[in-house]
Amino acid sequence: MNSSAPTAITVSNMHKTFGQLEVLRGISLTAHEGDVISILGSSGSGKSTFLRCINLLETPDEGVVTVAGETIEMKRRADGHSVPASQSQVDRIRSRLGMVFQNFNLWSHMTILENLIEAPVHVQKRPKAECVEEAKALLAKVGIDDKANHYPSHLSGGQQQRAAIARALAMHPSVMLFDEPTSALDPELVGEVLRVMRSLAEEGRTMLVVTHEMGFAREVSNHVMFLHQGLVEAEGAPRDLFGDGATDRFRKFISGQANPAN
Amino acid sequence: MLGFGDRGWGFALIAGALMTLAVSLTGLLIGSVLGSLIAWAKLSGHKVGAAIGDAYASLFRGLPELLVIYFVYFGSSALLTATGNLIGIEGFLGVPSFAAGALGVGIISGAYQAEVYRGAYLAIASGELEAARAVGMHRLLMFRRIIVPQVLRFALPGLGNLWQVALKDSSLISVTGLTELMRTAQVGAGSTRQPFVFYLAGLGLYLTLTFVTDRFFEAAEKRATRGLKRIHG
Repeated sequence: MNSSAPTAITVSNMHKTFGQLEVLRGISLTAHEGDVISILGSSGSGKSTFLRCINLLETPDEGVVTVAGETIEMKRRADGHSVPASQSQVDRIRSRLGMVFQNFNLWSHMTILENLIEAPVHVQKRPKAECVEEAKALLAKVGIDDKANHYPSHLSGGQQQRAAIARALAMHPSVMLFDEPTSALDPELVGEVLRVMRSLAEEGRTMLVVTHEMGFAREVSNHVMFLHQGLVEAEGAPRDLFGDGATDRFRKFISGQANPAN
Repeated sequence: MLGFGDRGWGFALIAGALMTLAVSLTGLLIGSVLGSLIAWAKLSGHKVGAAIGDAYASLFRGLPELLVIYFVYFGSSALLTATGNLIGIEGFLGVPSFAAGALGVGIISGAYQAEVYRGAYLAIASGELEAARAVGMHRLLMFRRIIVPQVLRFALPGLGNLWQVALKDSSLISVTGLTELMRTAQVGAGSTRQPFVFYLAGLGLYLTLTFVTDRFFEAAEKRATRGLKRIHG
């Protein structure tokens, strides 16, 4: 990890329960600027929930999130549930966390260009002309500048996901959150999305990536977390974790990913 | 007889058709306000709100339109008269038949429109709403920028149908004496003793209204669903 760089985001002691099921049992994370952290784990390990709790798409029962020095204030309701103290603070912090979803979630009634400028213009209130120029540059960067005036349904899954990444970048986020960005894609489209993510990592973006792509975790990220039943089972630099430092459970997990049929 | 001269009924029939158009449109708009409120109450997850919404929808979908129009016309006039007497105004006070008629059509249309809006809201992909929250949109902004445009898009086909229903229901308002198309045709038929000619003219004008406005809805639908069409296929 780039421990000399300033801290971009910290999460401490995150807990989340759905009904009787304790999905997160105390997970912490610190990312410095430029860190690319891959979060691995089998389904049900809590990895997506963890990511969704960071930008409060799910409300954590316990845990503190600090983004670029600002801590999300929580309070307890009378019934004991934890809720954000200020929705406007949540909205502000969300706008600094660029979220990329498994199912892209582009707004289907807007063109790709409109998708990109929507939040910068209406949430961040930046001048439209400036946002349009920047959006075009971002589309060129992810290789779909020719699709600016198309609607999302006209694009392939890989193109939609690249557009969704560009939409997140348009907000100038301090941290990018990826929630299984390639899991919904046909195998032949995975590569184009991973290439874009790799180029973002190379230019020093801070990224938290929930993924099943072992190649990405091993080669692109500088830190890997392996979750199991709501806890961090193992974490460290990929060469350690994938090498001699691997726990039995992680080894088993990797071999399961390599041969999903087994 | 149907000409536009001194003794012709042409102008009267055209005026009746325009009145039909005006009262139906007003009814549709009243219905869209009532309908979206009921849809919202049903979707709110609030028990009392949902119960009120359900009760409204089943009540006004379950009653004959004519009864509702009579009820609104005479009911609102009785209410107005009673209120008038309280503050010292003597005698019968009638609610204008245009207002009562539009309200009657609107109340019925609203019961049906609620279902159209509710279905349209549920058709929005939940991931798109999540994406709106994730970029920091507050609720009102998300409603305005993401929900309303998509609800309109999904609701248009259903609204087109309900517009035709409202247009035809408006003929029932003739019983309150509003000189819309139906009433004009009736009066013409009665006073000239040529019912066939006048009802045929009325038929032609109703068909013209539905046909022309249907084209309008078709064009609106085409425009609103641009994003849904695939280039290939």
